[in-house]
Amino acid sequence: MRRLITFLAMAVLLVACGQPGASRPTPPPMITPAASVVPAGATPAAETRRLVVMTHDSFSVSEEVLAAFTARSGVSVEFLKAGDAGTVLNQAILSKNAPLADVLFGVDNTFLSRALAADILTPYASPALAGLPDDLKLDPENRLLPVDFGYVIINYDKAALEAAGLTPPADLRDLTLPAWKGKLVVQHPATSSPGLAFLLATIGHFGDTGAYTWKDFWRDLRANEVMVTQGWSEAYYTHFSGSSGEGAYPLVVSYTTSPAAEVFFSEGRRSEPPTGNLLVPGGSFRQIEFVGILRGARNEAAARQFVDFMLQPEFQADIPLQMFVYPANPQAPLPDVFVRFAELPSEPANLAPDLIEQRRDQWIAEWTEIVLR
Amino acid sequence: MSSRSEQLLIRAGRNVALILPVLFLGLFFFYPLFTIIRLSFANGLAGLLETLGARYYWRVLAFTAGQAALSTALTLAVGLPGAYVFARYEFPGKALLRAVAGVPFVMPTVVVAVALGALLGPRGLINQGLQTALGLAAPPIGLSGLQAVLLAHIFYNYTVVLRLVGGFWANLDPRLEEAAAVLGASRLQALLRVTLPLLAPALGAAALLIFIFTFTSFGVMVILGGPRLATLEVEIYRQTAQLLRLDVAATLALIQLVCTLGLSFAYTRLAARVTTPLELQPRSYTTRPPRAPRERLLVGATMLLITLLLGAPLAALALRSVLAPGPGTPHFTLAAYLALGQNLTGSAFFVPPTAAIANSLRIAATTTLLALSIGVPAAYLLARRPAPPGGRSGREQRATAGMALLDALFMLPLGTSAVTLGLGYLVALSVPGLGGLRTSPWLIPVLHTLVALPFVIRALAPVLRARSPRQREAAALLGASPAQVWLRVELPQIAPALAIGAVFAFTVSLGEFGATLLLARPDAPTLPVMIFRFLGQPGALNYGQALALATILMLVTALGFLLLERLRPPGGEF
Repeated sequence: MRRLITFLAMAVLLVACGQPGASRPTPPPMITPAASVVPAGATPAAETRRLVVMTHDSFSVSEEVLAAFTARSGVSVEFLKAGDAGTVLNQAILSKNAPLADVLFGVDNTFLSRALAADILTPYASPALAGLPDDLKLDPENRLLPVDFGYVIINYDKAALEAAGLTPPADLRDLTLPAWKGKLVVQHPATSSPGLAFLLATIGHFGDTGAYTWKDFWRDLRANEVMVTQGWSEAYYTHFSGSSGEGAYPLVVSYTTSPAAEVFFSEGRRSEPPTGNLLVPGGSFRQIEFVGILRGARNEAAARQFVDFMLQPEFQADIPLQMFVYPANPQAPLPDVFVRFAELPSEPANLAPDLIEQRRDQWIAEWTEIVLR
Repeated sequence: MSSRSEQLLIRAGRNVALILPVLFLGLFFFYPLFTIIRLSFANGLAGLLETLGARYYWRVLAFTAGQAALSTALTLAVGLPGAYVFARYEFPGKALLRAVAGVPFVMPTVVVAVALGALLGPRGLINQGLQTALGLAAPPIGLSGLQAVLLAHIFYNYTVVLRLVGGFWANLDPRLEEAAAVLGASRLQALLRVTLPLLAPALGAAALLIFIFTFTSFGVMVILGGPRLATLEVEIYRQTAQLLRLDVAATLALIQLVCTLGLSFAYTRLAARVTTPLELQPRSYTTRPPRAPRERLLVGATMLLITLLLGAPLAALALRSVLAPGPGTPHFTLAAYLALGQNLTGSAFFVPPTAAIANSLRIAATTTLLALSIGVPAAYLLARRPAPPGGRSGREQRATAGMALLDALFMLPLGTSAVTLGLGYLVALSVPGLGGLRTSPWLIPVLHTLVALPFVIRALAPVLRARSPRQREAAALLGASPAQVWLRVELPQIAPALAIGAVFAFTVSLGEFGATLLLARPDAPTLPVMIFRFLGQPGALNYGQALALATILMLVTALGFLLLERLRPPGGEF
């Protein structure tokens, strides 16, 4: 009996101790990096300086950079992370009558039109836009402002290709040759954002009409035993041979920055990446990520300050090593691993966001029919 | 106390036992579910009709049900010998093996895929070993998507059979079989005609839980099954997360609900009918060390099976977490574990592993207490014996049917699409005034409790139904007060089932991932959420840290089991 009571007491204690916010009348802040805590004795005025940013799981920022923003502006930032980019946007749309946040970050060019059509954002012509290249600005009304971009591309396992006596293919269509049978892993475009981006790259490259369309390409890929996974993690870690996993496929759809990440996250054990980018014409797709102010934001002034901050050099320079994508602002310096290993593809495929939104569902259905059924 | 006031007290207790669980279910399950379904059909029912009319979705439903039935049958077949061995024999390492068998239940699927790949994949341990030993050019073992899914389902659910069936079996009086043998029955006859009918409620409970669990399988299907296999849950995710076709998703979620409800209802009606009152016996009385060679062989085979089927993949994972991957030959290193404590990129979202362990444990402990305090009264209420068939009034019959329906309703959260319910929570909580709950530390434990409740109820109900009133009556006759009867007679009888319920509530919470990812605060991730984050980035260190955290999750789970199992009620061992 004593043991039972001791255990119950311990459990209750554990429950009670673990909940700092349980007895407080106000909800605890969702994230409290040391410097962004509102000063003690916060007045109602301080309350209005609280900003909620809704974003996806992969978002990150340096503690220092965020602290500097808070110190300068007096705005304390809370982050609401709720799944992948698509899920987050859907949540923002579903809760548009009572917005969960002030700022939405992470809508990319494949979802841009859906976000704009849902009418959930307020225009803001940030002065910091002046420093950004025009080809990244896809919304003339400035409801969504570009923050960063990255390229989806095929990575190859250098050692595996060498062992098999293969040189990286020079053209996308080479992947349908017998030499590349059973060598490529891609992700399902309905469940994975790099998967969709790669499909869009092939659509942009091969086109809808002509002697050899994107559908022909995928039919041939299927015949050549392309491996399809639902998400990036399984593709990269369980099927790709160039990562730390035990996979058997030497080619995988990933990002141009993945080789740089392999060096960066090797604890100094690698000076060269084990993987390379397959820089073939039309073999990559540029994903641009945008930020916007949600309609009905409780604190629009602070939201504007935060958007400015995201576009200014300090945050922009922080982007590469936090999220492994390129800053939108060309003035922001790139870290060494990026300069050395994250190549920029010369001819990425190009598709207008409107066209993507119009035809995405149909393309995915057609792709599923060709590759999986 | 007069018998009249005692009766009033009992009635009041019954009402509380009814109101508390129903309120909980209504508020935290039906309300958000209703919200999202209403929103999904806000533009009319065209999507519903279109979905119901599409042959494709009926094929998906057939596959979903088929693979769930196959998974359930296989898990029962593989698990029953183990349940028998754990029920009847004492042997060294029993508690540890039982804990090991429960660990897979909490492992995130991505990690299990890594573990199975490390063992059975084309470049895995077994294939490479066989290739070297036999001089083969190609890996001899290649699992198809469906085979991998079935294997993983057995891997995950073995513990359900072991604990639910084995736990009930352990308290069955072995003299019943012995009497059958004395009367001339063969072993097989005794098993088929005496033991199995007595076990039926527990067997059915395990089968029901496994079926519903695999019926809504998502991670296993998505990661191990490959893109050609799709369950309803996978389709719901695709329709919701990427295509925002909420009406299609809601229709599919409703189909899932109807199937779960129908099956649970059928089970409850059946279980109430086949239950036989029993004199449950303490475990010290029913178990003994194996003596005959045949018995030793059986125990040995079970130990081997658990070690190979469940232990080996887990061990492979732990091994990978302390081996440095290339370049160069693999060697022992704790680098991944050490890196967990360092904020290498200076990220504002850095969470030390100790904090994630504390989060996971806090949520699991809260869930366990919540699930027990709601599930125990509910189980008592639902397990009340129906009146004998002859003397039943129409009102009593209706009440019994009502209870069976209520029982089935409690199973629903287990068969509900996590994607749908998660969105329901978000929409319901975006109503002004309820927003505070969105960031409440109670939110995640409440969600986990919904999934844990079916386990608590299913673990308790067979025991509550089967216990015979005679032992309690005898105690009362000897002068024990009702409180003493409960504490000294009843509690020891139901304690093992309580422990099983607690273990599962704890496990469900430690391993839950989908809803947690959607609703957890970014500064308070659980272990599975952290593992998911690390596996979302390329690089050896991220991979290593994910495996290190998975190993920590395994250890935390196993320790939790061993601790929970040490709980013994007063008044004797059962």
